[in-house]
Amino acid sequence: MHATQKTFVKSKQGSNTQSQLKASAARTSKTISKKKDDADGTEIGEGDEWMDGKTLIKPPNQLDLTEAELKEEFTRILTAKNPHAPENIVRYSFKERSYKAISSVDQLAVHLVLEGNLLHRDSDEARRQRAKQGLQDTTVIAETGDEQPQTPAAGGGDAADMEEGGGEERADSVVFKADKKEQKLTNQFNFSERASQTLNNPLRERQCQTEPPPRANFSATASQWEIYDVYVEELQKQEKNKEKAKAVPKKDQDKTKKILVETQSDDSTKMAKLAKIMERMVNQNAFDDIAQDFKYFEDASDEFRDQEGTLLPLWKFQYDKAKRLSVTALCWNQIYQDLFAVGLGSYDFTKQGHGMLVFYSLKNSTYPEYIYPTTSGVLCLDIHQQLPYLIAVGFYDGCVAVYSLREERLEPLYKSTAKSGKHTSPVWQVRWQKDDMDNNHNFISVSSDGRVVSWTLVKNELVFTDIIKLSLEGAVLEGPEGAPPPTMACGTSFDFHKQITYLFLVGTEEGKIHKCSKAYTSQFLETYDAHNMVVDAVKWNPFHPNVFISCSSDWTVKIWDHTIKTPMFIFDLNAAVGDVAWSPQSSTVFAAVTIDGKAHIFDLGINKYEAICQQSVVAKKKTKLTHVEFNPVYPIIIVGDDRGYVNSLKLSPNLRSKPKEKKGQEVPKGPELEIAKLEKLLSLVREPDNKV
Amino acid sequence: MAETADNKKEEADYKRLHSFPLIRHTDMPEEMRVETMELCVTACEKFATNNESAAKMIKESMDKKFGSSWHVVIGEGFGFEVTHEVKNLLYMFFGGSLAVCVWKCS
Repeated sequence: MHATQKTFVKSKQGSNTQSQLKASAARTSKTISKKKDDADGTEIGEGDEWMDGKTLIKPPNQLDLTEAELKEEFTRILTAKNPHAPENIVRYSFKERSYKAISSVDQLAVHLVLEGNLLHRDSDEARRQRAKQGLQDTTVIAETGDEQPQTPAAGGGDAADMEEGGGEERADSVVFKADKKEQKLTNQFNFSERASQTLNNPLRERQCQTEPPPRANFSATASQWEIYDVYVEELQKQEKNKEKAKAVPKKDQDKTKKILVETQSDDSTKMAKLAKIMERMVNQNAFDDIAQDFKYFEDASDEFRDQEGTLLPLWKFQYDKAKRLSVTALCWNQIYQDLFAVGLGSYDFTKQGHGMLVFYSLKNSTYPEYIYPTTSGVLCLDIHQQLPYLIAVGFYDGCVAVYSLREERLEPLYKSTAKSGKHTSPVWQVRWQKDDMDNNHNFISVSSDGRVVSWTLVKNELVFTDIIKLSLEGAVLEGPEGAPPPTMACGTSFDFHKQITYLFLVGTEEGKIHKCSKAYTSQFLETYDAHNMVVDAVKWNPFHPNVFISCSSDWTVKIWDHTIKTPMFIFDLNAAVGDVAWSPQSSTVFAAVTIDGKAHIFDLGINKYEAICQQSVVAKKKTKLTHVEFNPVYPIIIVGDDRGYVNSLKLSPNLRSKPKEKKGQEVPKGPELEIAKLEKLLSLVREPDNKV
Repeated sequence: MAETADNKKEEADYKRLHSFPLIRHTDMPEEMRVETMELCVTACEKFATNNESAAKMIKESMDKKFGSSWHVVIGEGFGFEVTHEVKNLLYMFFGGSLAVCVWKCS
């Protein structure tokens, strides 16, 4: 700017700028800066565009000048000389050893520097930049290459050129657009590139090949005589069978069919029976000594012991899957006297789980004959007297079910549900009854929920009838002992009278025994203040109609006459009594098992005060005995413990009712005798009572 | 002459009596066996004088019906030892003088 000389010409177009310049000059007094000039330049450019057809708006302080004044010319000369530049700079010259004035003084004064980012396309820097951004470079070069040959051609045909140019432009614009899309500029001030790569899963090869279809070799020789022979043979066969010629091939087919059938019928169901027989034979061999003992051994020492007897351990029954469970019920089959059922569950409230129902035979002690796993622990069971395949089972969860050994399946035939009057508490005893008037099988159950329920098997469901509700307050209030707490309602055991079918006894958790009748649903005929703790079992004597026995966890076994409210006999066994059972052979013999692992055999005819046999029958000291049952025919008992084992024990001669002596006396056997025997004993006890 | 007449008669008898198909050996299932046998009978009757054509017909039909590859031998006298896929072999006599062996082996 300083280096050039400019003349301002007053004109109409320039007047506006001029005046503005003046005004601004007046405002900013002397300094005319480069900035102002720049501003002027731009204003001139803009003024051209918008001045047409519009009135000028003047600032109010603009000078009004006449035409002559406007046309007046001012001449101002801009020199290249910097007025501020020093003119008398001297420097010391070492060459001439004197100060010398420097002739050329730099006149250039820089007021403002603005570096642009535009580059000339052909400059070196632009080329370098292109080289850096490789791809872009090629397109640009291509463009330039296109344009350069275009320009000389422009001189030629106008219209064609125009069209070409248009086409070219369009193509170019497309290219440019594409370029713009590609050049997505990143934020250059705050940009960071991120990338990540996921783990490549390792590859694995897997192949398989199918087996080729099976093949076989076949060889034969065909010749005329052979064919002839076969035909002749076939015809002879046909004649023999006197069949029509047409039937021959069919017959042939039948033969092959038969062969196929024979080969197919080779299944394992037939084997099962044979395997079972074999298993029993092996067991018979393996436990031959036990079998011999069972059948023939009589303890000779009994003759010298007189009042006492012993128990001889025979087979031990166990099943691996039932090891953790305790024996909760035992029952002999009345028809197949070597078969008995074992209920497995738990008496421990905190360890309830699954249960199991297994059947053992004396003929095979190593493995159960039948196994029925159950979801809840089994607490009691009973085998039907006449139908040895029907088993009633009571569970800890309050269900009762009926299993049939004739069915192949493991599920019960019948099962009570919440809909069909299921007990709400553990079922402690079940007992089959005689068929009712419609010949339907039925059984009775007792549970902690205080209900005694009769179940009838009708077609495919169990129909229930409440016989008595022990919790009814009316019955309790009418009881002679006043108003006991309602907890006495929990029934734990019951037994029906052998002759008087409506009469039954119910033992309770409270220790009371109620004599009830089917006829009264809310009244007890009698209540015996029997025990101080839960009554574990109550059983009528199989011979004498008046006598029953009860046992309890309060260590005692008591024998009662149901017509008298006080017990006839009391035996203290020094441990909680798990179960008691009358002998089926003698009216005076019974067995009891206690939790200290002892079995006690009593014969009132021999000793009214003590057991005639008291023997520990468990392998480990801590094992508790839970149940005992006499075999209906053989002189053996089975005892169950809380480890799932069942032991069978043979009674020595002294523990039975001495058949030898009877032979000599020729006393008639029979129930009358047994009744008389017990009656005699009872009368001994009663008389002093009556006297008192 | 009488002998020859007898012979002729016998021959006629033989042909009449021995015209039925006789399965000598097979391990095919029932349905397949019946079908194959009928096919063989049809082919042998159709090409009574040309065993090759009969065999070709049987082979092609079997290929269509039961999948390839079937092999058929028809003749009055031959011996063979073949490897076949199990349940895919039929060896039969027909018409008193022909032996037909059909098997599959691919």
